[in-house]
Amino acid sequence: MAPAIQLRRVTKRFLTPKGGVYTAIRDLSLQVAPGEFCALVGPTGSGKSTTLALISGLEPPSEGEVEVFGKPVTGVGHNIGYVFQADAVFPWKSVLDNVAAGPRYRGASKREARERAQDWISRVGLAGFEDRYPHQLSGGMRKRVALAQTLINSPEVLLMDEPFSALDVQTRTLMENELLQLWAASSASVVFVTHDLEEAIALADRVYVLTAGPATVKGNYAVDLPRPRNVAEIRFQPRFDEIYQEIWSDLRDEVLVSYERQKRIGAA
Amino acid sequence: MSVRSASALPEAAAAPERAGGRRALAARRRRLMVNGLRLLVLVVWIGSWELTTRIGLVDKFFFGMPSGIVQRLWTWITEGTALGPLWEQVLVTMEETVLGFLVGSVLGIILGIALGRNRLLADVLSPYIKAANSIPRVVLGALFAISLGLDLKSKVATASILVFFVVFFNAFQGVREVDRNLVANARILGADGRRLTTEVIIPSALSWIAASLHISFGLALVGAVVGELFGATEGVGELIYNAKNNFDANGVFAGMALLAVVALVAESLITALESRLIKWRPNPVTDVAI
Repeated sequence: MAPAIQLRRVTKRFLTPKGGVYTAIRDLSLQVAPGEFCALVGPTGSGKSTTLALISGLEPPSEGEVEVFGKPVTGVGHNIGYVFQADAVFPWKSVLDNVAAGPRYRGASKREARERAQDWISRVGLAGFEDRYPHQLSGGMRKRVALAQTLINSPEVLLMDEPFSALDVQTRTLMENELLQLWAASSASVVFVTHDLEEAIALADRVYVLTAGPATVKGNYAVDLPRPRNVAEIRFQPRFDEIYQEIWSDLRDEVLVSYERQKRIGAA
Repeated sequence: MSVRSASALPEAAAAPERAGGRRALAARRRRLMVNGLRLLVLVVWIGSWELTTRIGLVDKFFFGMPSGIVQRLWTWITEGTALGPLWEQVLVTMEETVLGFLVGSVLGIILGIALGRNRLLADVLSPYIKAANSIPRVVLGALFAISLGLDLKSKVATASILVFFVVFFNAFQGVREVDRNLVANARILGADGRRLTTEVIIPSALSWIAASLHISFGLALVGAVVGELFGATEGVGELIYNAKNNFDANGVFAGMALLAVVALVAESLITALESRLIKWRPNPVTDVAI
């Protein structure tokens, strides 16, 4: 069976506004099995978001191959879901219309789309808020809207770019648990980008550590913690600590490199 | 999300309530004071104007006189103007303004969005648009008076050309400033190019466009009045022009007062329209406007 996501020696360069070339990713290879929950961790500015953009088809790679379910990615695929780091729900649409947007764009009738949206709104615990506009909701509730908006399309590949980084700690733990439940009910393969190693281990089956930019894979670690997991409690298991130690020794070097670099830029 | 504790003691809850009551009282007092001071400014302004012209310190032939202006308005209302009944003049100017506003803003929105969406078109046309924007466009009113005649058409054209550029630049900028994340999200969710325009680009540009409608309605009024000054047979601008030819300062001021009333009414209508168009926005700009 083909892996759900396969990146082979992928390089991505961007033109900077000054006309220079910035390499975000160099020679990066990774693989995600169908139904696997995979986390990408790395220091800030290490091309994690760029990796997601390549898998989603929003950006083409400069070199190398990106495949989803064995097929090369040529544009935005229909089986992709993407939860963005920043708020990306439509501020001029009510909660109901935000969640119904995906099915509408994919050709469902207004009635059908709204019925399905209603169902997803209850599933993410927002029943009763259908008519609100995003600015009337808290940050955590907006994230729930974004989750429902994405999951309603039943994506086979779910990309998440630090989705919970803007939330407070309690809300975040709640959302992480809910994400795990929703994911368990689907068969989606997940790529979850975060800079928080604890979050990565608590959620994922496999953790990829990326180097300080240009990003390439420094190492990958299987997380053999049992499921179903409770994110709030799993951190106290001895095995969690062992895995954390192991990955952190790798990640620490990269974080230091990135930090030194930023200091130099700051000093210059 | 529901980690808020709701176990406030009664006496603890009463204190903030009292404080809230005091604050409401202070706010009410402040509002009263502001309104009182506003009235004072008006009385001092009009009063000193009336007084200085009455005792001859200021020549009422050039500067008019508040009581004379009121009298002139009253005559216009009760006996009609030299051009016919007053309401007809106001209506004519309103018609020119509204039509010019509609034509200008519709063209501005369509072209602004088209150019905002099409890079090539924008690059090709931008020098011409910038050049056209830099000339004082009111003088086109003279041209329109020649080519379109003295009736409605020339005023609508003058008004719409003034409105067009303001709305156009705002619509264009609005399209350019659309949040990249929202576009990416819509594409991932399955939106095609047409959906992207109608569901993301236009709603997002609407707040820019709506902000420009306030300014552009005022400009439409300017266009209509200037068009009338260049040559007309009726309208408030023509009334002012007539008064000027008769060295009637009071008549000019009375015309200005009429235009001010028209502009204020229109402003409140636009505000209502804006809050309908973008009811999803937390704080409409009009909240902070004076």
